[in-house]
Amino acid sequence: MIQSSEPPVALALRKLTKCYDRPAVDALDLTVHGGEFYALVGPNGAGKTTTLRMVVGLLKPDAGTITINGIDALADPVAAKQITAWLSDEPMIYDKLTPFEYLEFVAGLWRIDAGEAQARAQELLGWLGLGPHAHERCEGFSKGMRQKVALAGALVHDPKLIILDEPLTGLDAGSARQVKNVLRERVAAGGTVIMTTHILDVAARMADRIGIIASGRLIAQGTLDELRKQTGAAASSLEDTFLTLVAEQVAHPVAAE
Amino acid sequence: MTWLAGHELRLGWRDWLSLMTAGRRRRGRTVTIALILFAAFMHLFAYWIVAGYANANVAPDTATLVGVTGTLLLSWSLLLSQAMESVTRAFYARSDLDLILSSPISARKVFAVRMSRIAGAAVIIAVLLAAPFIDVLALRGGARWFAAYGVVAAMGAVVTAAALALTILLFRLVGARRTRLIAQIVAAVIGAAFVIGLQVAAIFSSGSISRFAALQSDWILTHAPGPGSAFWWPAHAVLGDPRALLAVIVLSTALLGASIALFSRRFGEHAVAAAGVSSAVVRQRRWSSGFRRRSQARVLRQKEWALLRRDPWLISQTLMQILYLLPPALLLWITFRNGTDAFAVLIPVVVMAAGQLAGGLAWLSISGEDAPDLVATAPITPRRILWAKIEAVIGMIALVFAPIVAVLALEQFFAAFVAACGILAAAAGATLIQICFRTQARRSQFRRRQTSSRIATFAEAFSSIAWAATSALAASGTWFAVFPALIALGILAGVRLIAPAPTN
Repeated sequence: MIQSSEPPVALALRKLTKCYDRPAVDALDLTVHGGEFYALVGPNGAGKTTTLRMVVGLLKPDAGTITINGIDALADPVAAKQITAWLSDEPMIYDKLTPFEYLEFVAGLWRIDAGEAQARAQELLGWLGLGPHAHERCEGFSKGMRQKVALAGALVHDPKLIILDEPLTGLDAGSARQVKNVLRERVAAGGTVIMTTHILDVAARMADRIGIIASGRLIAQGTLDELRKQTGAAASSLEDTFLTLVAEQVAHPVAAE
Repeated sequence: MTWLAGHELRLGWRDWLSLMTAGRRRRGRTVTIALILFAAFMHLFAYWIVAGYANANVAPDTATLVGVTGTLLLSWSLLLSQAMESVTRAFYARSDLDLILSSPISARKVFAVRMSRIAGAAVIIAVLLAAPFIDVLALRGGARWFAAYGVVAAMGAVVTAAALALTILLFRLVGARRTRLIAQIVAAVIGAAFVIGLQVAAIFSSGSISRFAALQSDWILTHAPGPGSAFWWPAHAVLGDPRALLAVIVLSTALLGASIALFSRRFGEHAVAAAGVSSAVVRQRRWSSGFRRRSQARVLRQKEWALLRRDPWLISQTLMQILYLLPPALLLWITFRNGTDAFAVLIPVVVMAAGQLAGGLAWLSISGEDAPDLVATAPITPRRILWAKIEAVIGMIALVFAPIVAVLALEQFFAAFVAACGILAAAAGATLIQICFRTQARRSQFRRRQTSSRIATFAEAFSSIAWAATSALAASGTWFAVFPALIALGILAGVRLIAPAPTN
C-alpha cells in the first residue's frame, strides 16, 4: 500500500460562486494544505474578500462547497467555525472592553477552558507588546494596537485555519513585523494561514504559495518561481509577474484560465 | 462666503434627504407620499387639539398669556435640545472639518456660515412642527393666527443663539475633552426637564399629571408678571399683536447675529481643540483577576451589559426615557399617601416606557454590534446569539421595572400582575420589531436609529401604545382589553410580513 506524502487539506473550495449584479466569485476551485502559508493577491474588486467571507460563514455562497479540515462548512458551520479564525482589515473590537476582557470574551465564545485561554492570552499579549495595556480600555488605542488586539483575539482559541484580510494595512513597520512574526510562528506550529494582501513583497517573502485572483477566478497559483515560469520571465519580480498575469486575464479572459 | 453657504445648503439638503429615505434613493416617491399623509394626519390631530380655541374670543389676560408662554417654552426647550446637539456636532464631526480648517479660509467665516445653517435648520424644524396647529387656528379663527409663524421662526433663532452660548461656555468651563459628552447629556436633560418639571409641579399642585394644570395654578397666576410686561411679548405676538411680533423678530435676529459675531472669534480655536481630543486612558478594575468559566450565552449577555454600563452617553440616551417615569412614580407615591386610585394612569405610562426602553436596548444589542464579524464567525448558532441578546434586553428591562412592579404589588397585587404582563409584552413586542428590522450599525449611531426604518419606529411606538392601552383596560377589569391586545398582535404580525429579508 502506497502512503500519500501529501499534507492534509486545510481548505478546499469547489465551484464556489457568489453573484451580485455580476459574478463576484465565479466557480472558484482552491485547495490549501495544512501547515501552509497561502497568500491570495489580486486587483481591487477581484473577489478575494468575498471568497474569504464565504469561507468564514459571513456570506452565503450561491453555489459550491467549502470544506475546512474535512468538515463541510456549509452543512456544519459551528464545527467549522470552532477551528477557524477570521481577521478583517478593519479591526472590529469593543471600545469599552480592555484587551484582557476582549480575549476573555472571545475565549468564552469559542468555549475554551478558562485557565488555558488565560495563559494563551497572556502569552499573546506579551508577544504583541500589549502587556502594559492589557487592562486599559481599547477606546484610546491606535489602529495598530487595535489590529494587534483583534489578532490576539483570532489566535486565542488556537485555530487550525487562520484567515486574514489585509492584516498589515495601516500598521507601522514595528507592528507589521510583530504580526508577521506571530503568523510565522503559527505556521511553524502546524497552523494554516490564508492571507490577502496588496503588498506583493510581503506575499513573496512570507507565503509558501501565492494565488492570483481576478474577476472572481483563480488565474494562477504556485510558488514565486512557478508563477514566474508561467509568465516566461524567470527573473521578474512578483509585481511584474502579477501585472503580466492580470493583464493577460483582462485581455483574454478565457485563454488565460 | 456665498459659495460656502451654497455648499452648506447642499450638504444640509442631502443630509435631510438621506435622513428621510435612510440613504435609499429609490424611496423618494414613497417618502413624499408618506410625508403628505403624515402632514394630513398631523393637521387632523391639530384640529382635534386646538380647533376649539380658535374661534373663542381669546383675551390676552394673565391666564391666557401664561398658557401660551408655557406652550412656547415647552417647544423651546425641546428645540434647544436639538440645537445643542447640532452645534456640538459641528465642532466634533470630522467629516470635512480637517479639509476646511487646513484650507486658507478663516475658521471664523466657516463657522459663522455653519451656525447660520444650524439656525436655518432650527427655524425650519420649528415651523414644520408648529404648522399644523397654526394652520388649523388660522383656518378656524382667522389670518391673525399666522403671526404665530413669525414667533416660531424667532424661537428657532433664539434656540440657536442659546445653544451656541451654552456650548462655548462648556468649552471654556470643562475643556474640549469633556464638552461633547456633557453637551449631549445637557441637551437630553433640557429636552426632558421642562416637560417633566411641569408634570411634577402639576402632581404636587393638583394631583393631576396634566402639564397645563400646573400652568393654571393659583401660585403661577398670582406670581406672573402683569399683562403689560415685555415677558409676554411672544405670547402677544402669537395672539396677533403686530407690534409685539415685530419686536420678537427683531430681537431674536439681533440675538442670533450678536452671538455668532461674539463667539465666532473662538470657533476655530475650539474646533482645533476638539480635533486634538483623544480618548483618555481608562484602566479597568476587575472583580476577578483571571478568566471566568461561563457559557456562550452568558458571555454574550455580560458583554452587552458591560458595554452599556461603561458608556455614559448611551446610558444618558437610554435612561432619558426612564426620566419620563419620574412623574408617574411620583404620582404613585402621592397615591399611596392619599389613598386614591391612580393605577389607570400609572400602568399604561410604565408599560409605554418599557416598550420604548426595550426598543432602544434591543437596537443596541441586536443592530449596534461593534464587532459583528467576530460574533458571526464564532462557533455558535445565529439563533443562540439572538436569544442571548434578547435575554440581555429582558434582563435590563427587569432590572429597571422590577422595583416599580414590586412597590405596586404592595398596594394592589392584581394591578402589579397586569403591569408586569404589560411590561413584558411591550418589551417583547419592541424587541421583535427590532429583530425584524435589524441592520448592521455602530453603537455610536444610536441616535440615528429611528431614521434607519421609519416603519420600525412607528410600529414600535404603536405597539407600545397598544400594550399600554391593553394594560390600562385589563387593570380596570374589563374584557375590552382584548381589542388593543389584538391590535398590538396585528401590528407585530404586519411587521413580520413586511420586514425585509436578511441580506447575505
